[in-house]
Amino acid sequence: MSTQVSDQTDDESSASEAETAPAAQQRRMEKKRQRAAEAAEKRQADEAEAALADEETYHLKVFRYDPEIEGKKEPRFDDFHVPYHKGMTVLDALMYARDTYDSSLTFRHSCRQAICGSDAMFVNGSQRLCCKTQLSDLEEPVRVEPLPHAEVVKDLVVDLEHFYDQMEAVEPYFQTNDLPEGELEEQRQSRENREKVKMSTRCIWCGACMSSCNIAAGDNEYLGPAAINKAYRFTMDEREGEDMKQQRLEILEQEHGVWRCQTQFSCTTVCPKDIPLTEHIQELKREAVKSNLKFW
Amino acid sequence: MYEHDVIVVGAGGAGLRAAIAAQEEGADVAIVSKLHPVRSHTGAAEGGINAALREGDSWEDHAYDTMKGSDYLGDAPAIETLAKTSPEEVIQLEHWGMAFSREEDGRVSQRPFGGLSFPRTTYAGAETGHQLLHTMYEQLVKRGIEVYDEWHVLDLAVSDEEAPKDRTCHGVVGYDVQSGNIEGFRARDGVILATGGLGQVYDHTTNAVSNTGDGVAMAYRAGAPIEDMEFIQFHPTTLPSTGVLISEGVRGEGGILYNEAGERFMFEYGYASNDGELASRDVVSRAELNEVNAGRGIEDEYVHLDMRHLGEERIIDRLENILHLAADFEGVDALEEPMPVKPGQHYAMGGIETDENGETCISGLYAAGECACASVHGSNRLGGNALPELIVFGARAGYHAAGRDLGEAEVTTGKRGDWEPGEVETPVEPGAVEPDVEADASDAVADGGSGLDSEEFVERATERATEHVESLLANDEGRNHAEIRAEVQQSMTEQVNVFREEDALKQALRDIREAREAYQDVGVADQSRTFNTDLLQTIETRNIIDLAEAITLGALVREEFRGAHWRQEYQERDDENWLKHTLLSWNDGSPELWFKPVILEGEEKRYEPKIRSY
Repeated sequence: MSTQVSDQTDDESSASEAETAPAAQQRRMEKKRQRAAEAAEKRQADEAEAALADEETYHLKVFRYDPEIEGKKEPRFDDFHVPYHKGMTVLDALMYARDTYDSSLTFRHSCRQAICGSDAMFVNGSQRLCCKTQLSDLEEPVRVEPLPHAEVVKDLVVDLEHFYDQMEAVEPYFQTNDLPEGELEEQRQSRENREKVKMSTRCIWCGACMSSCNIAAGDNEYLGPAAINKAYRFTMDEREGEDMKQQRLEILEQEHGVWRCQTQFSCTTVCPKDIPLTEHIQELKREAVKSNLKFW
Repeated sequence: MYEHDVIVVGAGGAGLRAAIAAQEEGADVAIVSKLHPVRSHTGAAEGGINAALREGDSWEDHAYDTMKGSDYLGDAPAIETLAKTSPEEVIQLEHWGMAFSREEDGRVSQRPFGGLSFPRTTYAGAETGHQLLHTMYEQLVKRGIEVYDEWHVLDLAVSDEEAPKDRTCHGVVGYDVQSGNIEGFRARDGVILATGGLGQVYDHTTNAVSNTGDGVAMAYRAGAPIEDMEFIQFHPTTLPSTGVLISEGVRGEGGILYNEAGERFMFEYGYASNDGELASRDVVSRAELNEVNAGRGIEDEYVHLDMRHLGEERIIDRLENILHLAADFEGVDALEEPMPVKPGQHYAMGGIETDENGETCISGLYAAGECACASVHGSNRLGGNALPELIVFGARAGYHAAGRDLGEAEVTTGKRGDWEPGEVETPVEPGAVEPDVEADASDAVADGGSGLDSEEFVERATERATEHVESLLANDEGRNHAEIRAEVQQSMTEQVNVFREEDALKQALRDIREAREAYQDVGVADQSRTFNTDLLQTIETRNIIDLAEAITLGALVREEFRGAHWRQEYQERDDENWLKHTLLSWNDGSPELWFKPVILEGEEKRYEPKIRSY
């Protein structure tokens, strides 16, 4: 035994050693019932308090659906009244609602700083990252729904398989035949060229653009703005060389590639990283035309 | 049951690099991760990757700076491996297309960082981690490496020999988040844990919500020792409202810290008369809190970080991401006004004890990245040293697990010849509330397994994990994990923060004990098998409790002031008694404390402890 227990201040823990297993079990059950009652009371009090102090709360209407649970199979909206503090985001409000009122409320989130891309949702009719959307910028009640044009798995979680498949359909990896001699030599890239591809490299795969795109909604095979932007990132990178550029343009020129885009700009409007997606798609169209005209 | 040669748990920088390396070595490798790879927290790293790439710099200097930064608690063989290997790994990333910032001549840019004797921090704007994560994920796609994404690993399948060093890891148990199915994953050659940080032990952290230290806790409960857990790095520049990180790159480029009176306190009050804002992170964090405690903080909480004087062009070129973070999360236009900043939990220097090949003392079990303690950071990690650690030790773990001979490791793991037992007085009993019962329910070590073959071990572990999940779901009116978690996080932030003193540490142990007892009644209200985050967070909360306790035990026993570990009662670094690593082993639910000496012998020289001055 390497640790020593000094001044025993907690008499409950010393009691537990002497108790028999059933007694301990009973004690736990007792505690559990007591806590459940307390928690229910607290929940009601919190809700009531929040609803009363109207100017200090935000009213959220949150989409709910669970294919498995009786009573939740029918999609519905739940109302949550969340106490507001300055700087509170939609994600903060969802977490508060989940942790305080209903632990089954389900949504993806992780970094809460707009880099993991997992909490893109449909908030007041627009695709947004919940973590970087301030409640104070929104009209009440704040409607939170899963991303449109994707299958809902549960509550605010959608199936992203199709989105990932499209992202991976454009050979989304660097390919070059021009590596320098010598192990510790990097390939040179001009500052201008890095600047050109910089915005395209900022994509965090949140799927907001794809969800906002009418064309993608009607054509399941359309590569979509995110995947085309990923292709742009490599097509425009001078380190890949001309041959590779041609190969990439061929992928992009296919029937469900860049030519499907009708420049509605909805992807550009919703992109949380301000990537000029529509412009990138148009630029690739121009490159495709140029390359086809090359031998005329 | 799924089967692969090598199974990597976690898909951040270390996990991706490990998987690529294992595949290069010819292994059939799969990644099991609770997040899709591009969602991993490596993406949030901002500052850069240290590597000695330029004339005038050398791997020896990088190693020396790292040893000094570690306050002489790093192991020389691991540090030298890091410094020697990072140049080729960084160039490898460039060859994979990573969008590094560039110099006029087209070469990758480097900038100064705290504690470095040469500007060797290679970077991609202030989004280096994002670029690194995506570049490596692209390579994964290119190679067709299998990923089980949104599979939460519940447990390890480890055999139950008496001594951890005689045990073998045969695989893991995964929980498919989308369907709720539980499946065994057998690893023929090895399991590599790359599960990242444990910042969620604290309530003010730069870490993602997913950083709950799952890998460290699983390995600990399976018998692998965890090392130097008391050394938690607090980053001096996090946004007060959220904990979002403001990169050290801001200070690297010349950003200045001011107190409420507009004084440049790093110099004015003598915290770091040489290096000012670019002193090491522990020094700057303490300075900021001292200012706040002396009544010179702003709103009694934070200080100002000013980068306006750098000019818009330079800021946009090198720190653009910082402008977005300050605006989105603090409502501050950093081109027009200074940013509010305060220290926040940022990084765990400690973790699963490994050697420089990523191996733990359990056969077939590896760890790399933040969840591991290869002992390169000692008691304080230098900025820009986390990303090279990921790629260097991720790669080595991958190669080694897949069978490449990397030579014998010099760092030892498990209780070898030179370990010594430790003792600490605690106000309450640490460890499991009912050790024997818990050993069945959630410890990783299989029961009565001596006659079992590898598949049977994985099956047994799967059955055990299934029972555990069923029992959590059965208790649908039990305590809510969120409440228990919040109590631990608050206690840790109040008692086991930048400044530490004995009474507070003991209070933290009492609070953690209370949380453990509350957790006995934890239950899951959501009864759905589909995407049950209530269940997963309940499981994560157990990990948070175990790790909070380990951090606090380490902090209580280490009676000295070293690196990030500041103790009220002990204001000196004590090389005579404390040039050693703290280790904790979980023996059937009871934490055992022991020590092993630091290795200061490098390849050609011995690192002599010197006073750190910045």
